[in-house]
Amino acid sequence: MYLGKVIGNVVCTMKNPVLDGKKILVVQPLDPQGRPAGKPVIALDSVGAGAGETVYWCRGREASFAWYPTEVPTETTIVAIVDRVHVPGGKA
Amino acid sequence: MLIGRVIGEVWATQKQPSHEGRKVLYVQPLALDGSDRGQPILALDAVDAGVSERVLVVTEGFSAMTAVDRPNSPIDMAVIGIIDTVELVKDA
Repeated sequence: MYLGKVIGNVVCTMKNPVLDGKKILVVQPLDPQGRPAGKPVIALDSVGAGAGETVYWCRGREASFAWYPTEVPTETTIVAIVDRVHVPGGKA
Repeated sequence: MLIGRVIGEVWATQKQPSHEGRKVLYVQPLALDGSDRGQPILALDAVDAGVSERVLVVTEGFSAMTAVDRPNSPIDMAVIGIIDTVELVKDA
């Protein structure tokens, strides 16, 4: 899984019907110090994440298993809202 | 699979049920010379690894799910071993 912060969302009225009712969020990957690191990704939300929240997401075929057994066309799904990132020694 | 070092842990109460009851380890992948290799990742812990330990991480969903025996779940990485030594044979 990958750590990131929700920085926005994507609205599509015309879309695959299975995506109805599911939020499509823009997520910025973070490094251990919480700084942006790498390119933003577009992820389907499965836990009620909102803008500004730190989350982690799952990639690949497994990302659709958040709605198993429904087949959902996603390869990037937010699966947790992070309360705390504990990195002893700061790893600066 | 990849070799990594556990640099921390991530806590999340709001998450997919299949992630319950498992530590979420923050792992920095390592090159063979021990230097950092790419961005850190998050993996569910299947062997009770702790911070600063060198670990073996499987980065494919089906294997990760099997390692934490949570089939059909949105899990794409798991720590499946704690590494004691890595032995490289010279001019092999």
